[in-house]
Amino acid sequence: MKPKLLLALNAAIVLAILLLLWQASIWLFHVPPYMLPSPLAVAKAITTRLPDLATSFLISAEAAALGLLAAIAAGLLIALVFARSPFLRRMLLPYTILLQTVPIVAIAPLILMWAGQGLFAVALITFIICLAPLIANATQGLISVDPNLVQLFQMHNATQSQILRKLRLPHSLPYLFTGMRISSGIAVIGAITGELFAGSTRVGQGGLGYSILYAMAQLQTDYLFALVLAATLLGFLFFFTVMFFEWLFLHKWHTTATPTS
Amino acid sequence: MTTPPIPELHLAAVTKRFIPTSPPVLDSIDLTLTRGEFVSLIGPSGCGKSTLLKLVAGLEPLTSGEILVHGVPPANARETTSFVFQDATLLPWRTVARNISLALELEGRPANVIAQTTARLLDLVGLTHVAQHYPRQLSGGQKMRVSLARALATRPRLLLMDEPFAALDEITRDRMNEELLRLRDEGNWTVLFVTHSVSEAVFLSSRIVLLAPHPGRIAHIVPIDLPYPRTAALRESPQYDALVNETSSLLRQTHHQLSEPQQ
Repeated sequence: MKPKLLLALNAAIVLAILLLLWQASIWLFHVPPYMLPSPLAVAKAITTRLPDLATSFLISAEAAALGLLAAIAAGLLIALVFARSPFLRRMLLPYTILLQTVPIVAIAPLILMWAGQGLFAVALITFIICLAPLIANATQGLISVDPNLVQLFQMHNATQSQILRKLRLPHSLPYLFTGMRISSGIAVIGAITGELFAGSTRVGQGGLGYSILYAMAQLQTDYLFALVLAATLLGFLFFFTVMFFEWLFLHKWHTTATPTS
Repeated sequence: MTTPPIPELHLAAVTKRFIPTSPPVLDSIDLTLTRGEFVSLIGPSGCGKSTLLKLVAGLEPLTSGEILVHGVPPANARETTSFVFQDATLLPWRTVARNISLALELEGRPANVIAQTTARLLDLVGLTHVAQHYPRQLSGGQKMRVSLARALATRPRLLLMDEPFAALDEITRDRMNEELLRLRDEGNWTVLFVTHSVSEAVFLSSRIVLLAPHPGRIAHIVPIDLPYPRTAALRESPQYDALVNETSSLLRQTHHQLSEPQQ
């Protein structure tokens, strides 16, 4: 506990120094606020526009969470098929790399054209960029079971379903969480990218991505900073939620929180 | 009505090829184990010791020949056969108790039977105090005890052990050897045991089968006429030393690669 406290204290001191330098350079060099707002101005923007900020935050969070959850479900299902059929795995797994390498920014307009504007389109973009790491990690987890363990199960006349439930699925859990950790970080990027193209997903209100565009157009740079902070916070929130569940499920038996993958 | 007793394990002209055109891994192995025998297979890498165990377990198909486990093919004898692997191969997400009960669970035994059997085995291998621990919290010797208890849970008649103590340090290995014999006094199972260690084989076995490689075949069979029960004191006796020396020199004769004398 003590070293952790010290670490937090160090981080707080560094943050305070950075904020002071930021504020001081604005006073010294007379930077106009539309180029770089002062930390105080950003703090003020956060407090005065908190309801707007919270709304945008929640809209983006909803799209990112929907996309991520759908990607987890689909990724696991696809991994189960890949684990069951080496033929399909060899045929189709290379395409998941394609899924990962296609720049989402390049295909976002296409997806919006097909799926229309709105929550669904933004969640779909999130889903697409989250899917590949989940498929890859879950598949790896399902197929990397010690062959001796499979034989042990066979020795005791285990059914395929028992081997799946009692061996492959629990074994794949650390791998699945690795995939979820990677995807949780990019889910927020996906949602914001989607919103940059999709515009407002609700009448009169938009997610963080939409609001960033709007704030930029209005030269509300202090609010833009507040939105960037909110987006960062959302990313952290996703990441730590996954970390929490990973700890909850694995800390008792798994040697390290991060398996090699 | 008297019929000759069915051997516990019968191998007749057992041949195994992994690739049809290549020379066999195992060539024409004949071996018969009677009930309660402890037979060790010893030989250099590539002589097919582990393959032979997998064949007896019914985990690999035979190329030719016949294997009968108390009169039936291996695939039909799974309920009375258990396999102990070189590594403990425990499920890391299960506690010690639930690792031991795995086989019983897979075979669909009722919960109260599972609970009773698990408690008895925990006591038998002296792990009751760590029943709720996870494998990562155990020492190498403890893990191997769990693996052994798991294998014994289904009350096997035939135990197939593939270098189960190879990864342990010598002192732990000696202690596990003594414990294995103690457990066998209560269970009267037949054992086919693969090892690299001559001293381990002499200490445990009633017979040692020396295998030669390329192709795997039986080179010698050494009977170990030391009375059971055997205890740690046996290792001090001249007969034990003599048998270890005899077996080692036979092993050297069959394979020139094995140039280092034992101990």
